[in-house]
Amino acid sequence: MAQPATASHLDAAQADFYRHLLRQMLLIRRFEEKAGEAYAQGKIGGFCHLYIGQEAVAVGAIAALRDDDYVFAGYREHGHALVRGMSPRVAMAELFGRSDGCSRGKGGSMHLFDADRLFLGGHAIVGGSLPLAAGAGFAIRYRDTDQVAICFFGEASVNIGAFHETLNMAALWELPVVFLCENNRYGMGTALERAAAVWDVYRRACSYDMAEETVDGMDVLAVHESTRRAVLRAREDKAPTLIEARTYRYMGHSMADPIHGHYRTKEELEEQKQQDPIEKLRMRLTDEGLLDDSQFEVMAQQVQGEVEDALAFADQSPNPEPDELYTEVYRS
Amino acid sequence: MPTITYRDALNQALREEMERDPDVFLMGEEVGVYQGAYKVSRGLLERFGERRVVDTPIAELSFAGIGVGAAMVGLRPIIEFMTWNFALLAIDQVVNSAAKMLYMSGGQIPIPIVFRGPGGAALQLAAQHSQAFEAWYAHVPGLKVVAPATPYDAKGLLKTAIRDDNPVVFLEGEMLYNIKGEVPEEEYTIPLGEAEVKREGSDVTVICHSKTVAVALKAAQQLEADFGISAEILDLRTIRPLDVPTIVRSLRKTNRCVIVEEGWPFCGIGAQVVDEIQREAFDHLDAPVLRVTGADVPMPYNKYLERAAKPDPAKVVEAVKKVTYLD
Repeated sequence: MAQPATASHLDAAQADFYRHLLRQMLLIRRFEEKAGEAYAQGKIGGFCHLYIGQEAVAVGAIAALRDDDYVFAGYREHGHALVRGMSPRVAMAELFGRSDGCSRGKGGSMHLFDADRLFLGGHAIVGGSLPLAAGAGFAIRYRDTDQVAICFFGEASVNIGAFHETLNMAALWELPVVFLCENNRYGMGTALERAAAVWDVYRRACSYDMAEETVDGMDVLAVHESTRRAVLRAREDKAPTLIEARTYRYMGHSMADPIHGHYRTKEELEEQKQQDPIEKLRMRLTDEGLLDDSQFEVMAQQVQGEVEDALAFADQSPNPEPDELYTEVYRS
Repeated sequence: MPTITYRDALNQALREEMERDPDVFLMGEEVGVYQGAYKVSRGLLERFGERRVVDTPIAELSFAGIGVGAAMVGLRPIIEFMTWNFALLAIDQVVNSAAKMLYMSGGQIPIPIVFRGPGGAALQLAAQHSQAFEAWYAHVPGLKVVAPATPYDAKGLLKTAIRDDNPVVFLEGEMLYNIKGEVPEEEYTIPLGEAEVKREGSDVTVICHSKTVAVALKAAQQLEADFGISAEILDLRTIRPLDVPTIVRSLRKTNRCVIVEEGWPFCGIGAQVVDEIQREAFDHLDAPVLRVTGADVPMPYNKYLERAAKPDPAKVVEAVKKVTYLD
C-alpha cells in the first residue's frame, strides 16, 4: 500500500505503484471502449453501462484494500471487477453472454461476480447493494476478523430508503464498511440538484454520526488516500465511512442512451473531459520524471493487446448449452 | 410424547439449530430484549447473546438485505419479519437479491437464508395486517416456500429450512402459535417438498395448508357425520417445491378435489394446484375441482364481514357437496 503523496510531490519510491494505477485505469478505458464497439455491433445485448471517465474511483479505492476484503458494486461495475483481478477475457465473455463468462453467461454486463476474489456483484437495483455490503460487514463483526467491506454506488442511490436504513444500521452496529458514493452528477438524465434537497452527498453522514470524506474522483491518488483512511477506520476502529467521490461519466447512462442532449450540454462534457483522470496522472508522472513516453507507449500497447485478446476470446467462447437454462436455480 | 405449542415448537427448532451451527443467527424487530413480538424467540437472547440474537430498527428492506449479504459470505441468517405484511417493504431484497443471486452469479454464490414470521389474518386487524402471501413468494424461482400447520411440522420443517442452502420463505400462522400438538423430544427433521395426508379418506381430496388444515379437518368430521362422505385431508406443508406426486396419488383414489387456502383466489396457490391436476390427473377426475379461498377483497375490520371473508368448515362442506354432486 502506498504512502500518501503530498500535494506537490510524488514519492519516487512508489513509482511502480503509480504506474500500476495508471495501467489499471488505461485497461478499464480500453476495455470499455471495446465493449462500446461490441455493443454497437450487437455482440453485447441488454443494458451496458460504461465506466469511461470514472476510472480513478474504482482504481484508487480498490488499491486501498486487501485481498480478503469484500467488494460490492452496482451495474456500472466492469471497471471494479477488472481492478479486483477478474481477467478481461472472463469479463468480456460475460458481457457477450458466453459460457466462459464469470457467471457463465447468465448474469451479463450488470451481474459480474467473482467469488474467489470476493468481488460480490454486480447489482442492478439502485441502492440494492448497500444492505448487502452491510451484511458482509455484519459477518466480519460476527466472525471477529479484521476484514473490510466496500460498497460502490451512484449518487442516485442516496435518495433510496435502503441508503438511509443501511447507513443507520452500519453506524449503530459499528460495521466495518466503506460506503463509496460515485457522484457522477446524473442519475440517468436527472441531475442530483433536481433530485436531492441536499446537494453535498457527504453531508448526509452527519445524520448517522458517521465519518465522511469528500474527494476529487478524477484524481486517482486523492481517491486512494481518502479510501485508505476510511479502510483504516473500518479495519482498526470498526467504524463505517461515507465517501463522496466527485466524478463524471463521459458516456450516456447506458449504451442505449444519448451522451448529451436534454439533460447536459456538449460543452459541459467537453469541459469535464479536461479533467481526465488518466491524462492527469500521466502528465503528473511525466512531469515528475516517473514516466517517460516510451514507458507509456509500452503500457498502452500491452493494454491494447490484452483487450483485443479478451475480445477474441469472448467471440470464440460458446453460448451456454440449452440445458443451462434450468441449472443453478437452486443449490441442491 | 410431550404436547407443546406451535410457538414453542418453533422456539425449539431455533434453539437446536443455533446450538448445532455457530453460523446460524436470528435477526429482526423485537426478537431479543422484547423476547419476540409473538414470543417465538423467547429465551434465545439469554442463551445466545446479542451477537447472535440481533434486534433491528424498523427497517425491513435493509435488515433483510443485511441478512442476504451475510449469507453471501457464508453465514446462515434467520430473518424474522414481525409479520409478513411488513415484509412487503423487504420484497426487493427477497426477490431481487436472495432468490436470484445463485443464478445470476452462474452458481458462484448460494444464499442459505430463512425469512420467517407470521402470515395470514388474525382477528379484526383489518386490511393492512391480514394477508396471506404464499402465492406471492411461491411465484418466484429460486425461493422455497413452507407453511406448516402443526407443531410437529413447524419444528421439523424449520430445522430443515435452516439447513437448506437456498432462501426459504417460512410462513407461520399468527392464529396457530397457541395450538398444541405432540412433538417428540428426540431430534427429527422433515424434508421440504413433501405433502402429508393428515386424514385418510376415499370420496374426496381436500388440499390445504397452514391454518386451513384445521378448517378442512373440521369439515371432514362434519362430512362424515352428516353425509357419510369420507374426505382425505392433504396438507401441502411445502408450497414450493410442490409435491405433485402425492396430490395425484390421492386424486387417483378419490377422483374429486377441493382446494382450501386463506389467500386471495386470483393466481392463488389453488390455481397452481388445479393446473397440475388437470395435466397430471385429468382422467381421474369425476368433477370439476373447486376452490375455497379468502374473499377477493381487502380484509374488512367488522367481525361479521371478516368472518365472511375467511375460509371456514361450512364453506368447505358446501364445496365438497358440490364436487360429490350432493348439492
